[in-house]
Order: sequence, then structure tokens, then C-alpha cells
Amino acid sequence: MTEKFSARRYLRDIRLPFCPGCGGYTVMNCFLKAVHELGHKDLSNFVFCSGIGCAAWIPSPHFHADSIHTTHGRSIPVATGVKLVRPNLSVVVFGGDGDLVGIGLSHLIHAARRNLDITVIMVNNMIYGMTGGQAAPTTPFKAKTTTTPYGNFERPLDAARLVTTAGASYSARWTTAHLNELEEAMKEALTIKGFALVEAISQCPTAFGRRVGLKTAADMLRWFKENSVPLKRAEEMTEKELAGKIAVGEFVHRELPTFTDTVHEVLKEATENA
Amino acid sequence: MPNPIPPGTYFWQGNEACAEAAITAGCKFFAGYPITPATEIAEHLAKRLPQNNGIAIQMEDEIASLGAVIGASWAGAKAMTATSGPGFSLMQENIGYAIMTETPCVIINIQRAGPSTGQATKPGQGDIMQARWGTHGDHTIIALTPNSVQEMHDLTIKAFNLAETYRTPVILLADEIIAHMREEITTPPPNQIDIINRKKPKRGETAFFGHQEIPPMPAVGEGYNIAVTGSTHNETGQRYTSDPTIHRQLVERLISKIENNTQQITDCETHNTNNCQAAIISYGCTSRATYEAAELAEEKGIKTGLLRLKTLWPFPNSAVREMAQTAKALFVPEMNLKQLYYEVKRAAEGTAPVFPINKIGGGEMITPEEIFSEITGRMKSLD
Repeated sequence: MTEKFSARRYLRDIRLPFCPGCGGYTVMNCFLKAVHELGHKDLSNFVFCSGIGCAAWIPSPHFHADSIHTTHGRSIPVATGVKLVRPNLSVVVFGGDGDLVGIGLSHLIHAARRNLDITVIMVNNMIYGMTGGQAAPTTPFKAKTTTTPYGNFERPLDAARLVTTAGASYSARWTTAHLNELEEAMKEALTIKGFALVEAISQCPTAFGRRVGLKTAADMLRWFKENSVPLKRAEEMTEKELAGKIAVGEFVHRELPTFTDTVHEVLKEATENA
Repeated sequence: MPNPIPPGTYFWQGNEACAEAAITAGCKFFAGYPITPATEIAEHLAKRLPQNNGIAIQMEDEIASLGAVIGASWAGAKAMTATSGPGFSLMQENIGYAIMTETPCVIINIQRAGPSTGQATKPGQGDIMQARWGTHGDHTIIALTPNSVQEMHDLTIKAFNLAETYRTPVILLADEIIAHMREEITTPPPNQIDIINRKKPKRGETAFFGHQEIPPMPAVGEGYNIAVTGSTHNETGQRYTSDPTIHRQLVERLISKIENNTQQITDCETHNTNNCQAAIISYGCTSRATYEAAELAEEKGIKTGLLRLKTLWPFPNSAVREMAQTAKALFVPEMNLKQLYYEVKRAAEGTAPVFPINKIGGGEMITPEEIFSEITGRMKSLD
């Protein structure tokens, strides 16, 4: 790549809404860098769908592209309609953990099961950040949040593993402390045919970190680094040893028939035989 | 080669007529979830849409169904879904989204007896107010009510045309009886059917959410860099979440673009209304009993006119007011507990008394005799 990367090239001239230290900046930058390195001079080949929450604001309306900012949790169904009608466009969903594995969980599983040919970038900050720090389905066990003042009663959900089991072509998890790996995973996700999830564990010092003793973005990034375990090693660890750890790496990378191709093959046959 | 239905006479079920009409109207995308008594629409389109260059898919629930329809619409396809009460409830948030983002789409609601699971196989007309006010916030809606298999066909085409003209979701508010019964219907030749397509922007245009009463609508992938959002937005789609003027302008336009065109949108059928003493105002399956009821009343010397509403929303105020000025009393039979009655009363502005005739449950329709007996009883006491 001879041309120097600049995120601005892909952005509208609007002030970004994220708090200081937010991991959203990092995810945005990694994604646009991946797009740049894949040789896209602009985003004209992309459609972005996002739901509600801070992560949904990464593409909408900031990317200089078509973006559909949907109702909470419903970005994947909207992306389904877009992709089926315009199969040649690259459809990318951005969302947080609350949006994609809280209110919108069933759509994530079904899209992975169908192997719908879209890329999902899930920014997992382990909290409902936009509403001020309530427990999410991804909040660590016993963590204190505004709605779990005595500690979270629930165990967190493993999205990267879930979509792998459901039938996705690609699934990877990294953190905002793993810039190169995160960007490489995004490149893979944007290239592979079929459903691709990149889960980016991301810091929210404002609504989460400061309540769990990690006051700054730097504290949180250090925490990510110290607690990340490569997937291979994680698979040899007991559940107890894995408590509080973040398994990172590529969960699956495989070729499978995609929903879009199957639907359009059937459509072609039906039209010819009509 | 596409395989549209040849013009001719058919003996169809209401749901089948609706599905075929969708294809005629240019529908290229259907997403739905099985639910009685609307399932036949999904089944029919699953077979017939692919034969006509369209896609029909089953989603994981009704929320996702309307979500996919909205996505397909922004991708440039005419799109629809079909459901019944419980699914219609689940769709309400995305209906509001489609209103706010001016996304043309058609939602078929085959009403059954509610609330909740209610009587899943039995007819009802209990979603009249949900169609009007089901989604939160200030808004208006277009809802059509067929009373025959022919109208399931004709009003489905009209629903697509209105959705495309006004860039808004349109609801076809049918019921189990009209959806499941079979009748002879005629499909006209293509050159006799009006098909309307959404207005597309010209190169360089950027105002897809304002400036004009009904702005042009691009599709994704056409190079317009559209920003679609359910948040309050200006004419280019940029979000303004606290500006009072932009919010007022947007929401007021979304309402006025429909209400200013009430005369063009609404459609009513009148029968024997000249100098009538009593008038029956009805819609959907219930209206089928009114013709005989009027004859029975006529035999007793009460000249009875009929006003049948094919459009419920926007409410045909002037047609109802006119009826109230003509007749001495208005009668409103409905298979719900007075949902449209109050609307008729409001529109009558006290000019004539309005009497409700209501029955719910078990699939029992309101009979001509029941309407007739209410008319004779009330008219006697008015003399």
C-alpha cells in the first residue's frame, strides 16, 4: 500500500461523539485501516447497519457511506434485507454487546446459523455505556455496575464461541490492546464469504472502568493485556483458571455455503423454471 | 422469465389474492413469520415470488421480519410482511422506525380475536386502534380495510401504491374471514392496473428527509451516501437529538404529508345514502352483514344508507360528517368493543346520535338481524 492511511478520508466532517478514552475510536480506526489496506479508496461498496448504543455511532452518521441506524438490536435483520436485495454490496454491522447479544441476540445467532454473508463488528465494552453503566449480558461475574450494586449475579456470554457453534464462517475475538491482531481479523472478516464476527473487547472507562477500579483507559488496556489468553492455551485451561480471563484469537475460519448464494441460486432456478 | 398471473377470473382465498396482488404491485421482497390466520400469504409468496424475480424468506420472529423488509426497501425493493395480532404487536417499534425514516413498506395484518393469544383461529377487528396508535410518539398512519377477496387483491395493490407515493408504511387491516374465505375475483390486464413507484432523486440531490412534502428516496449502493436514522434528523439525515425546531418540522411534516392528502388517500363506498334516515358505518367482514340489514330495515319503512370505509386511517372525517348531516342516526357494527365507534362519534360532531353494535369471540359475526333490530329499536325511540 503506497498511499498513507488517513481515517479522515472515510469520515464525514462531523465531531465524533465518544468520551475521552473510549475504545470506539480504536475500533473505528482499526476498521478503516483494514478497509484502506484492502484497497478501498472510499466506502462506496459498503452499507453499514447499526442499532442503538455507543458502538452504533461508529459508522452512523460518521462514515462517508450509506448507513442505516436501526432500532435497538435490529441491525442484523435490516442488514439481512439489504444483503439479499443487493448481494454485491459489502454489508457491515456495527454494534455493542447490549445491542447484539442483549436485545438482539437471537438475530445474531440466526444470521450465523444461516451463514448470512455479512461482517459484524461487535464492540464489547461489557456494559450498557450510553445509558450510564448498567449490567450487560457480557458484564463479568460479580462486577459492580449501576444495576448490580452488590455485584453481577450472572455469568457473561461468549459471543465469539456462540456464533462459531451456530455456523458462522468466521469468528475472532481481540481487544483494543491488540491493534494489529484486531485489524488483521477485520481484514479476514471483510474478505471471507459468509457470516463473520469480530468481537473487540473495548474499554469504557466512563461507565464501567471507574466502578471496577480501572479509572483510566490506560488502566483498562493494561487489564486487557494482562488477562488475555491465546485461544489455544485457553482451551487447555479449566473453567476456574479461565475466570476473569479473555480468550483471544480466531475461533473459526472455514468455507461454508452462504445464505445469500443459496437464496440466489434457488431464485435463479425458480425463475428459469417458471 | 417472470411468471405473473394472467388476467382473468379466479376462485381464490383472500390470502392468496393478497399474495398475488403483491406480485402484481411489484413486490420483490417478503419476510415473515408463521402465524394463523396469515400464514398462507407467506406460503404462497414463498412459492410465487422466486418465480417473479423476488425473494421470500422466513425470519426468526416478526421483529426481524419487518426489520428485513425495511432493509430491503432501502436496498430499492418494494417489500412487505404479513402477520396477525401478536406479530403485529411485535412489529410496532419498527413501524415507528419506518414512519420516522420514511421507508415505504406494506404490512398485512389479518386480524384475529385478541388480546394476547386470544382465539387464534377466530376473526376479530380488535387492532383498529393499535394500527392507529400502536407505535410510540406522534405520528399518523395509512390503514386500508378490505371486505372481499376482490378487495384483498385490489387494496393490496393500493397499499403498495400509497406506500410508494407517500414514503410510509401502509397497513392492510384485514380479518380472518376475508383472509380465509374463497370468492370469485377478476384480475385486470396489466395495462389497466395503476402501479406507482417511489420518486428517485436526481444526481447531486442530498435532501432525502425534508425540504419537500415527500422527498425523493435513493437506495443504498447508488452513491448518495444516505444516512438513515430513527433519531430526529434534518433533511440530509443528520441527527439532531435536542433541537426543538428540527424535531417539530420533521414530525409535523411526517403527519401533514398524509393528513393533507386525506381526500386522495381515503376511499369509501356508499349505498342508498340519499335522504336516508338511518346510516350504517362499517368496514371489513362486518360490512357484509349490513346490506341485508338495510333491506330488512327498508321493509319496515326505515330508509337505511350504508357507508363502508375502505380506508380507516387517515379517518374519512368528511364522509362520516356528511352521513351525520343526512341521517337521523348512525350505527357502527364492529367485531370489537367500540374501537371505531368513538372515532365516528367525534367526526359526527353531535349532528346525529351514534349507536354501537358490538360482538366479540368465537368467530361469531354480527348478523343482519342483530343490526336490523338495533336500528328498529333505536329509530323508534328517536321518533
